[in-house]
Amino acid sequence: MTAEVVITGLGATTPLGGDVASTWDGMVTGRSGVGPLTQEWAAQLPVRIAAQLAVEPTTVLDRVQARRLDRSEMTAIIAAREAWADAGSPEIDSERLAVSIGTGIGGAQTLLNQDDILEASGPRRVSPHTVPMLMPNGPAAWVGLELKAQAGVHCVASACATGSEAIALGLDIIRSGRADIVVAGGTEAVVHPLPIAGFASMRAMSTRNDEPERASRPWDKARDGFVLGEGAGVVVLERADHARARGAKVYARLAGAGLTSDGYDIVQPHPEGDGAVRAIKAALRDAHLDPREVTHVNAHATSTPVGDMGEIKGLHRALGEHPVITSTKSMTGHLLGAAGAVESIATILAVHHGLVPPTINLDDPDDGLDLDVVAHKARHLEIGAAINNSFGFGGHNAVLVFTRV
Amino acid sequence: MTSREDITGGLAEILEEVAGVNPDDVAEEKSFTEDLDVDSLSMVEVVVAAEEKFGVKIPDDEVQNLKTVGDAVSYIVKAQG
Repeated sequence: MTAEVVITGLGATTPLGGDVASTWDGMVTGRSGVGPLTQEWAAQLPVRIAAQLAVEPTTVLDRVQARRLDRSEMTAIIAAREAWADAGSPEIDSERLAVSIGTGIGGAQTLLNQDDILEASGPRRVSPHTVPMLMPNGPAAWVGLELKAQAGVHCVASACATGSEAIALGLDIIRSGRADIVVAGGTEAVVHPLPIAGFASMRAMSTRNDEPERASRPWDKARDGFVLGEGAGVVVLERADHARARGAKVYARLAGAGLTSDGYDIVQPHPEGDGAVRAIKAALRDAHLDPREVTHVNAHATSTPVGDMGEIKGLHRALGEHPVITSTKSMTGHLLGAAGAVESIATILAVHHGLVPPTINLDDPDDGLDLDVVAHKARHLEIGAAINNSFGFGGHNAVLVFTRV
Repeated sequence: MTSREDITGGLAEILEEVAGVNPDDVAEEKSFTEDLDVDSLSMVEVVVAAEEKFGVKIPDDEVQNLKTVGDAVSYIVKAQG
């Protein structure tokens, strides 16, 4: 029999707030986390807006620890500490505790900053902390170190599907009996001119520089690309009987996961959402649920012209017309490798509170948008089962199913 | 020429910045790893910062001989000649 897995802790630091409570409050009140990039380097870029962290991580962490961490490691540690405390800092045998925290890009800021030092001052001035700061498994490793996790520390990298795929890996780890608790999620912090220039060269980003708060507008006719965000989300996954035995508070059940790949294009999603449809169907099979039972979808919808509508077609095919949909990226921007984790938290809390955060800026819905999207204002909704969609460059599709306990 | 006291004080500043060592704990007889809890990566940072601060070169094969703060002070005094 497959082990039942529940969520017993949540942690986040996002453009909407330095923790889960402030992030959730920002979501349900429809606040935008997007603002202007005021850094000197931004002046030369075609994109001069981003969703930057609401709380500077260096103000939260110990100064000496912070100087040994890439920004993506800082955010992961902050989110993991909150999630662990929220779970009641469970007493657990280290050999039964694992970590699965991924990142889309990893320590790019460290790589680029240290390259500046190499060019300007030579190799001896390059920090000895460079490698552990830039390695993509660094965030997972640091969290594992803090929690003394000895059942494995893993780093998933599947671009913008990372956060969800990392949580799916956590589910597998518990089901296969390798751990009783997995601290899982995603982190990203690449607000730096090079990644921005790269995404901008792909014409993937919004250039609505004059109206930052209106730039992220999934499914709206006037959408013109995604807005880069930074942050981290971490959840504590726990075998249900383990959680029950210690009397832990439970937010929701992680009932299933579906992972597929498009095999279609390195960056373009399949126009009919084929890979997404297969992932949703796989996730529902895994959760033993019928499509009719899914009442809410936290969509991937990043505010790009092509991707948003392909996902709608896929949702139609996989679920039908009944689910109530939202894209919290309208408020957080696109957190890349952290997106799936922060959006999982939004989905979990929607199930837990019976409240769906809105999609802001959906003023003029695109012609093909024939599903029920929660626009502008949060909506109360009894949710038995919800799914969180995450898709990534490379053709990765990750779908998670959360159900009410 | 810098005095031994001044060099110790300079090293204390570096150790505080790089590794969070309390400057009051820094004295010539203290071992970097045993007493001050400076790990190997931080020691590399301390050496590079000390080279810059005191205008000396500390070759890598010399660093392993610098067990205590006093060892480092003596090396810097000699190197400043």
